[in-house]
Amino acid sequence: MKAFARLLERLAFTPARNAKLTILSHYFQTTPDPDRGYALAVLTGTLDLRQVSPSLLKRLVSERVDEQLFRLSYDFVGDLAETIALIWPTDAEARAEEVSLSQAVTVLRETGKLALPGVIADLLDRLTPPERLALLKLATGNLRIGVSARLTHTALAMGTSRSSEEIEEIWHGQAAPFLPLFTWLAGGASPAVALAPFRPVMLATPITPEELAPLDPAAHVAEWKWDGIRVQAVAEGGLRKLYTRAGEEIGTAFPDIIEAMTFEGAVDGELLIRRGEEIAPFGDLQKRLGRKSISRTMLQSHPAALMLYDILTWEGEDLRPLPLSARRARLESAQFDSPRIGLSPLLPFETWEELTRIRAEPHSPVIEGVMIKRLDTPYIAGRPRGPWFKWKRDPMVIDAVLLYAQSGHGKRSGFYSDFTFGLWEGEELIPVGKAYFGFTDEELRELDRFVRKNTVQRFGPVRQLAPNLVVEVAFEGLNVSQRHRSGIAMRFPRISRIRTDKPASEADRLETLKAMLRS
Amino acid sequence: MTRRAEEVIYPTDAGLYCVPGDFYIDPLRPVPRALVTHGHADHARPGHGAVMATRETLDIMAIRYGDDFAGSRQIAEGPVRIGAVTVSFHPAGHVLGSSQILIAPDHGPRILISGDYCRTPNPVCQPWEPVNCDIFITEATFGLPIFRHPDPMTEAGRLLTSMAEFPGRPHLIGAYALGKAQRVIALARAAGHHGPIAIHGALKRLCDYHVDQGIDLGPLVPATDPGEAQLILAPPSAFASPWVQRFRDPVLSYASGWMTVRAQARRRGIELPLVISDHVDWPQLTATIRELAPQEVWITHGAEDGLTRWCEIEGISSRPLRLIGYEDEPE
Repeated sequence: MKAFARLLERLAFTPARNAKLTILSHYFQTTPDPDRGYALAVLTGTLDLRQVSPSLLKRLVSERVDEQLFRLSYDFVGDLAETIALIWPTDAEARAEEVSLSQAVTVLRETGKLALPGVIADLLDRLTPPERLALLKLATGNLRIGVSARLTHTALAMGTSRSSEEIEEIWHGQAAPFLPLFTWLAGGASPAVALAPFRPVMLATPITPEELAPLDPAAHVAEWKWDGIRVQAVAEGGLRKLYTRAGEEIGTAFPDIIEAMTFEGAVDGELLIRRGEEIAPFGDLQKRLGRKSISRTMLQSHPAALMLYDILTWEGEDLRPLPLSARRARLESAQFDSPRIGLSPLLPFETWEELTRIRAEPHSPVIEGVMIKRLDTPYIAGRPRGPWFKWKRDPMVIDAVLLYAQSGHGKRSGFYSDFTFGLWEGEELIPVGKAYFGFTDEELRELDRFVRKNTVQRFGPVRQLAPNLVVEVAFEGLNVSQRHRSGIAMRFPRISRIRTDKPASEADRLETLKAMLRS
Repeated sequence: MTRRAEEVIYPTDAGLYCVPGDFYIDPLRPVPRALVTHGHADHARPGHGAVMATRETLDIMAIRYGDDFAGSRQIAEGPVRIGAVTVSFHPAGHVLGSSQILIAPDHGPRILISGDYCRTPNPVCQPWEPVNCDIFITEATFGLPIFRHPDPMTEAGRLLTSMAEFPGRPHLIGAYALGKAQRVIALARAAGHHGPIAIHGALKRLCDYHVDQGIDLGPLVPATDPGEAQLILAPPSAFASPWVQRFRDPVLSYASGWMTVRAQARRRGIELPLVISDHVDWPQLTATIRELAPQEVWITHGAEDGLTRWCEIEGISSRPLRLIGYEDEPE
């Protein structure tokens, strides 16, 4: 379990994606079966373990450690599992041979409720502090590792002849400890594929009007770019699954969609909240994401709907090799029996100028631009440059004042690159958001210099700044938020320009932002 | 006439004061006569009338503050008579030249001031030595049972693993200029890193001094011109300064006992926390008290609540002195 504990520790401290990939792929290449398979299951959240309650852990530790010493330690560490891992009083010398991750997982899977306290205590006795932390995080279901399924798949593919798309294609149907998967990655036979599997999705690349101009409008179709989440709905052989574009299953959070999937096939579209004909903003959809179960009230107040734009299989036939024109025709002739499922309409345009006008005046605020797709290409997994483009609506902008700064990681080590900015309300500046990208390297240096010269106070790694610098902040949308003091949460805020030309007193007011929310 | 311990030594705003010897231990502001346990800046300050310390500590103070750091100086050698007490210095295993100081009044309890100390073998200084005493005045920097420092060689191994895994990324280790920096270098050497190690300018003179004292640190190059060096040491404060901007995509690391606790590493933006400490951890601290079996334990600074509670459970008489001004890990 030492290698696994070290893996979790390093992932927890490594912010950069590429460094995470290196650490993960190295772990998969050097760790034997079945441990690496169980680690893979933990990382992708596909392992079902018996959960241990914090109160049980507190009881176990109170039988071994003085209450006052524990409380002082807990106050200092701030995390229950970490405190227990560090304070658990084992004689390091007396430790027997290493406990493997597989053994620990087996124990957590198979131990009955009554025997659990004794078994957990025995395991803790036999582990080192980092291993104990890994075990306790597993047992409390509180890993928060910060790696997505997609990142894990990419790491698995590194150093093998398989691609992450191929892995995603066979992923569903595999289970811990994933022996056939690792055999296949090493060049062996293909593992059995599940029913109703996820199929890797085709993604679009951004485009500018200048890049669009030379393309032939007649060879393309356009659709709205909805501000929901991209999903793949698969109903095959009696199984119904709803996947995110990364292949994560979210069906349990959307029983209304699952129930509406009475077809036989795999379709691609946008998941949205729709009340009657009106599509609700992204914030409403967010309320239903990430839940294990959904209340009846929530199902009624936040009904989900699918807006389809592609079809991958239909009644046993794989349609992905067909060009989009043929797939669209099949999609339009397909029968969906539920009002929860509809098609994303094609936008009528003859010239790019016409599409520009359409894009400028969306009929719904839940539209964030247009999608442009070539009619003659098959459905290609990944992000090929060319057949599909996203042309986002111009971002909204406000002029805000920099309030706080924090230094960055990795490539930005030593630079103040994470900024909190605010807007005026009366005589006061209210923080409205954070941004850590959008600027060029040259602008980053300028911002860094500003921070160092204008710090008025420090709180740990955070510097409070004299409110002297105005920046233009671009963002993609606004949501109402009770967690923010301003009452508004911005989507994808970034610093688009440094406005040294503008005095702080002329920065925008909070009312301006609130008005944008209503419009 | 037998003096009580409180009549021999007590805490003042300037630090611990010894009455019958008329001197201060590690005084926090200029005093006529000072005994200094070790060269860390919060214990060894300039401007005293007379300073007694080990030869190494006096050298280090001269390196830091210039030759005129005190009116006069005396090398601590063997038991020395000061006023009505006998004083002796004993290795503390903390940094080069670090000592515990034993104060033996003619009639009264033997008082041992631990200074900062560590019992894990350290290639850059003499090992801690047990000293028989009645009153043990100890630090408690890591005076909570969560602090169990791993074998420093394991931590050096983790560093080398990361360097091999990310060969293109410079590894920057935050380490204090006196003691920690040289220990980290020595550990990296022992773990098999033989190439040049780059050091921040603030570390140079003290590294040179260690080499002069016969401690092998291998090839060192300036961090301003690191060449091929993948390992760079700097004082932790350098991480917050533009100095760090010269390195492309660095792995920031920090060698300290505090790195035991994740939130401490996160707060500093550290990617590779290394638990390497020059202080006793909890098992060493409690084992030392059991071993010395003093009549009373006084606690100078650190997590005194934890150690006080432990003494209470063990039935050992203890009192916190709450000396203000000593940092948890100084510089």
